[in-house]
Amino acid sequence: MAPYLDIVLLSLLVVMAIAILRMRNLVAVVMFSSLYSLVMAGLWVRLDAVDVAFTEAAVGAGITTVLLLAALVLIGTREKKPIHNPWLPLLVVTITGAALIHGTVDTPLFGDINAPAQQHVAPYYLERTPHDTGVPNVVTAVLASYRGYDTLGEVTVIFTAGIGVLLLIGRLPRWRRRKRP
Amino acid sequence: MKDYLILRVISKLLIPVIMLFGLYTQMHGDYGPGGGFQAGVIFASAFVLYTLVFDPETAMRVLGWRTLLLLVPIGVLIFALTGVASLILGGNFLEYGVFGHGEHGLAHGNHIGILAIEFGVGITVASVVVTIFYAFAQRR
Repeated sequence: MAPYLDIVLLSLLVVMAIAILRMRNLVAVVMFSSLYSLVMAGLWVRLDAVDVAFTEAAVGAGITTVLLLAALVLIGTREKKPIHNPWLPLLVVTITGAALIHGTVDTPLFGDINAPAQQHVAPYYLERTPHDTGVPNVVTAVLASYRGYDTLGEVTVIFTAGIGVLLLIGRLPRWRRRKRP
Repeated sequence: MKDYLILRVISKLLIPVIMLFGLYTQMHGDYGPGGGFQAGVIFASAFVLYTLVFDPETAMRVLGWRTLLLLVPIGVLIFALTGVASLILGGNFLEYGVFGHGEHGLAHGNHIGILAIEFGVGITVASVVVTIFYAFAQRR
């Protein structure tokens, strides 16, 4: 059952990627990329990365779609005909894709105990987390306790992004107290 | 979209559930999947739904620019001040163990510290998402 599920999900991803490439109606493109994120979230669950799946479903399928649709309201929903020649980009994409596929040949299998990802710091965190922090979810322990600095940095990035968007496209409210009727 | 009765009724039913789920995700980050980032986005999506179904003016009467723009830095401050508090209590920056005491002090302190910083993360993420959405909604 499980391998068939993977095959179905992965083929759906490929079909949607090709559909996104071929479509000229940007609303449909946004909807398809939202669906892509949703299927991707399903794949993360299959890979036992529930925290990532959660984020993918909430951010990728949810908020990003709404923000892209809001952007489409401003810029219109038809994609313009490309004016450049498609051959050079196609060549670049083909070479990059071939390099990536070549790279997957040496990738360790999923769940391989000898994979570098399982050998490096992961055993340390898995062994030490109950003793060091007493937090049951190791992902949260790494995110908040061991890598608290990084997370503070991430929050600062989000803060900066919000300020940036506001300065670029927002109309800041005037800080005057309005009279109540 | 004020004329769509079904959308209005259903979203009025859904919004409290979405917010409750956001709060659950917020509080539950150290036991299961979730945490401040996801909770913030889920909580913000309730506001986005409200803004979509009713109009931005109504939404801004619920959560105005003034409050929203105050919340954005408050989240970051909560996170950073948690670190400062752990410094004052004699630990390292963001070392949560110092918040607890007694037999299970380490685990207890970590729970307090993680709840505090996740709260900060959630506030900033939620208010930034709503801010960006409001900024777009205002341009129409």
